[in-house]
Amino acid sequence: MTDAADEHRITVTVNGEPHAVEVEPRLLLVHLLREGLRLTGTHIGCDTTNCGACTVLYDGTPVKSCTMLAVQADGHEITTVEGLGSLSELDPVQEGFTIEHGLQCGFCTPGMMLTAKALITNNPNPSEEDVRWGLSGNLCRCTGYQNIVKAVLWAAAKQHGHVAETNGQGTTVSGRT
Amino acid sequence: MSQALDEVKIGGLGSSRQRVEDARFIRGRGNYIDDLKLPGMLHMEILRSPLAHARIISIDTSAAWAIPGVRLVLTGEMAAQRNLAWMPTLSYDTQAVLATDKVRFQGQEVACVVADDPYIAKDACEAIVVEYEPLPVIVNPIQSLAPDAPLIRDDKEGQTDNVCYRWEVGDKQGTDRAFAQADHISRLKLHYPRSHPSPIECCGSVADYNAATGKLTVYMTTQAPHIIRAAVALVAELPEHMIRIVSPDLGGGFGNKVPVYPGYVCSILGSILTGKPVKWIEDNFGNLISTGFGRDMYLDSELALRKDGKILAVRFHADTDQGAFFSDAQPSKFKIGLVHSAFACYDIPVGHITARGAYTNKAPGGVAYRCSFRVTEAMFFQERMIQAAAADLGMDQAQFRRINLRRADDFPARTPFGFLVDSGQYHKCLQLGLDAIGYEDFKREQAQARSRGRRLGIGISTMTEPLGAGNSREYDILGIKMFDSAELRVHPTGKAILRTGAKTQGQGHETTWAQIVSHELGIPADDVIVEEGDTDTAPFGMGTYASRSTPVAGAAVSMVARKVRAKARKLAAHLLEVSEEDIEWELGRFYVRGAARRGVTIQECAMAAYTNMPDGMEPGLENNAYYDPPNLTWPFACYIATVEVDPETGVWDVLRVVAVDDCGVRINPMIVEGQIMGGLAEAYAMANMQFMTYDADGNMIGANYIDYLLPTAWETPGFELHEVVTPCPHHPIGAKGVGECAAVGGPAAFVNAVMNALEDTGVRNIDMPVLPDRVWQAIQTGRDVSGVPPVRQD
Amino acid sequence: MYPPRLRYVAPKSLDEAFAVMAEYGDDAKVLAGGQSLVPMLKLRFASPAVLVDINGLSDLAYHRAESDGSLRIGALCRHVDLERSALLPGRYPTMAAAAPQVADPIVRNRGTVVGSLCHADPQGDWASVLLALNGQVVVAGKDGRRTISVADFVVGPFQNSLAAGEIAVEASVPAAKGTPYGSYLKLERRVGDFATVGVAVAIETSGLQISRAGIALTGVGPNTIQAIEAEQALIGQALEPDVIARAAGLAAGAARPRSDHRGSAEYKRHVVETFVRRALSSYRLAVPA
Repeated sequence: MTDAADEHRITVTVNGEPHAVEVEPRLLLVHLLREGLRLTGTHIGCDTTNCGACTVLYDGTPVKSCTMLAVQADGHEITTVEGLGSLSELDPVQEGFTIEHGLQCGFCTPGMMLTAKALITNNPNPSEEDVRWGLSGNLCRCTGYQNIVKAVLWAAAKQHGHVAETNGQGTTVSGRT
Repeated sequence: MSQALDEVKIGGLGSSRQRVEDARFIRGRGNYIDDLKLPGMLHMEILRSPLAHARIISIDTSAAWAIPGVRLVLTGEMAAQRNLAWMPTLSYDTQAVLATDKVRFQGQEVACVVADDPYIAKDACEAIVVEYEPLPVIVNPIQSLAPDAPLIRDDKEGQTDNVCYRWEVGDKQGTDRAFAQADHISRLKLHYPRSHPSPIECCGSVADYNAATGKLTVYMTTQAPHIIRAAVALVAELPEHMIRIVSPDLGGGFGNKVPVYPGYVCSILGSILTGKPVKWIEDNFGNLISTGFGRDMYLDSELALRKDGKILAVRFHADTDQGAFFSDAQPSKFKIGLVHSAFACYDIPVGHITARGAYTNKAPGGVAYRCSFRVTEAMFFQERMIQAAAADLGMDQAQFRRINLRRADDFPARTPFGFLVDSGQYHKCLQLGLDAIGYEDFKREQAQARSRGRRLGIGISTMTEPLGAGNSREYDILGIKMFDSAELRVHPTGKAILRTGAKTQGQGHETTWAQIVSHELGIPADDVIVEEGDTDTAPFGMGTYASRSTPVAGAAVSMVARKVRAKARKLAAHLLEVSEEDIEWELGRFYVRGAARRGVTIQECAMAAYTNMPDGMEPGLENNAYYDPPNLTWPFACYIATVEVDPETGVWDVLRVVAVDDCGVRINPMIVEGQIMGGLAEAYAMANMQFMTYDADGNMIGANYIDYLLPTAWETPGFELHEVVTPCPHHPIGAKGVGECAAVGGPAAFVNAVMNALEDTGVRNIDMPVLPDRVWQAIQTGRDVSGVPPVRQD
Repeated sequence: MYPPRLRYVAPKSLDEAFAVMAEYGDDAKVLAGGQSLVPMLKLRFASPAVLVDINGLSDLAYHRAESDGSLRIGALCRHVDLERSALLPGRYPTMAAAAPQVADPIVRNRGTVVGSLCHADPQGDWASVLLALNGQVVVAGKDGRRTISVADFVVGPFQNSLAAGEIAVEASVPAAKGTPYGSYLKLERRVGDFATVGVAVAIETSGLQISRAGIALTGVGPNTIQAIEAEQALIGQALEPDVIARAAGLAAGAARPRSDHRGSAEYKRHVVETFVRRALSSYRLAVPA
């Protein structure tokens, strides 16, 4: 049984790397990641567990890291955007987001991509409807979502080794007139 | 034979080049305000008023000071000692930084705490005890402008009522005459609800005052760093050269990050008083309850009509609810923004507008939320009025528009309110939209469905809007003219850095500005880096809002690149040993007229600028340009939505959305499409769910995402995009603004579609958002439904 | 948004948990999914002295159908577990209908059914679903276990009937005696929105007759509301239009909605009636062989 002392010593694996840290019980997981470990790719949007900007993978499952305490990560594995692909080799989801212009300001993007990553891992052949449903816990203000959906479908196709024919071709139906 | 480069291949104009910005954003390597950490940095939290209108009796901060880790507890009284309890707004009013006398809206800043970490700062805020004496609360202009209304701005000398401005434009007598001759007069009253731009990233700042050098650096979420620098110089009475404003990556702006907010000022004061950098990161509650909202306008209007459908005149009155302080960010001449751009796409001979602003006990603002200064209200109102008038005349809504839309050979034309519209193919856009949606087929389907009890509807919105303020003759903010700027340096190896006075927030300037340089100089876009947002390095500009970046800063990019090319031409003549008159240009290369194989590339010219310039020529290859546009740009759009309304629940679903946008020449089609789709989603949100309201006590409903509803990927409809290209006649590359068109023109398409589905009920208007209960009520009663606050609570 | 100072304990067994709960009494709060509790902490609407995190008690992470046909849901069963469960469709249709409509997909990964019941938010979905199904909650403490009907467990807005020191360890749904039909209809403006109106309907039939009926309402009163008269009006009846209309009307009558920015009281009452009618009208009863 963990004691109830002021600071808790926890071990958490973030992006494959174990960290032993002292945390105050009230510290939110997102603050441990951002301030304690300086992984600032995980963002904070709202106060009420609605926006999903802070989404990370917790033992592979998307969670809103503003709605968990850091102590709850003791003994668990966290994946943040910094652990999605590497600098040189992008994850298909990252590639899809840039190819299909699935981001503008970039603030919701890390959370959106991690949700997408879990989504196509669990469902390698999602329909557009599956993607829209699966992303409905993450808010975006810039894109209108259509390109995000395309990005995720692109990533799913890439994961199978075949890239969608329409990649990066844009949306406008008619040619220039 | 031409050796010109393939422009699309080098990432020039028309290339859907992938975004440069993405490289950092998709890896979590962006640099947003909250990512910044300076040595010794302290954290600030704000205590806000729970009441909408109250006198402050006392503030006891002793318990807050006693909490370990607290470095500063700041109240209005302390700010007043430094003459900082009040600050000027961008509309020549004043706004409280920290309340001294009374609080005037719920969420107003009362005190703030600077501490070692934000948890402690929050604890200390909770420990501050404020005693209030409640005062009567006003939540709409009707209450505010009533003769016996309590005075909200008793701090202002000479202010005897709650009116904050009056404004008028047009020809009253001519309009009255036209109305007297009308066959029919259509009237519509509506409220465009209060909404909030609500970028997912809220506001924040890190103020770093260096007492040794006297230099103040403020990293902050601003769309207009240079305006802020000027404002800080005035507010904090610091010399402007000792102020550096840096706007880092912004997690969206949409107009919310234009004004100066008390939090910024408090963080600056906090840094000056503690001698340490002070970070303030606003929470979502603080952002929604206190910072710049959009809209909240009441419109009452009439159209004078001939029975054949010709509009003879328009007149309307607008009341705006400004909240407790008049802090619109808008050109100073125009107290209600560019609302008089209404009906610019229609050929209407005469019109008259009156407007009035009211103080209320609500958050201050009236910012241009994805909007060129209240054109969103103007176009919404215009298109709702057009549909109502068509229905009143029993005329098809598309045909009614055909009768009144300006023709392609009408330009340039003066609108009844003084704007000069200069280009467009309105009829072509409308027809393209109608064909795409299958207008006639839909109307047949609609009639069949109606006979089976189903309610389908189709809504059209056509509009041109004025984007890209200024010109400097007419447009200024706090007296500073609305031009913009670019500075280009070409390095010896032909790579370049470009800086502008604009500030991207997701629009992709780092990508598109390089494309303009590429278009003008033939330097591959990948060889041009773009930097914005640091007032120590960027040329003076007015920032990014009102879809002005491409029309103004983008034009400046073209102009500076042309200046650089002019110098490169001299270098080319020198290198080719011919006179400058014999030099021809093709993309990326100068050559000798008549001997096309003899040429030099732009890169060779760049190298020569540093290694082999002709005698008497100044070395280097760089320049700057300040661009003052001759006119606004006038994109046109036609948005069409089809919906099905469930008459039992009032729920309506979008079936299809067709968008036809003519924003002139598209620099990066992929990015333009992204802007349009983002705007359409906001239009849908506005029409369907997104609003903030107040109860009778002035409590804001919508100060979090539980009540302030933004649509997710699930509800947001799919969009079908089409384009027409009518180049802007005065922009150097023919581009027009686009970032806001869909958010401006889109809402009316959705609302018109729902109203079209209810056309047989006699209901002429349901205020936005068109909530299911409002639709149900309209169907039940056959009467219009108002959305005016206070919200009903029983 | 930052939670207040608090202590945190992660017991390794229920007995350990009971001991801490006993020590702190009302000042202790159980942390399971935390999807309502952590926001409450951040908004400082709640400030318990200690959080007792039961997430380590993996024995509680279950949902299973017993041999008698009842469904048991452990305190660590997440919404997503039910959303993806192969057990629910067909046998527990009301549960199956509700699971994907709770909150949003990411919250469902973490939030728990039992936690939602404990939170007792009148706009929460599970309370009305369990109420319609005649569900129960097993609560336990150092002095033993007791079983409480959901009707008695959810006693007021944000109030449950846990005694100091007790933990809700399981929710259960009794076995259907007849053929089960069920729905959860929720009017929300967007995913993650609270219900403007939610209606849980669960009936069982024997032949063409309704042998049991449960109707409960979300978001239309200070509490989750069980529409008892509407339920009674269905018992022994066939699903004929007039029967359906009467039940729908009675359910609407049971609602106690308030007007607010989500809709007027009349409207919400009307939607209750519409949803009950739509739910009952959607069932195609299997004709007995």
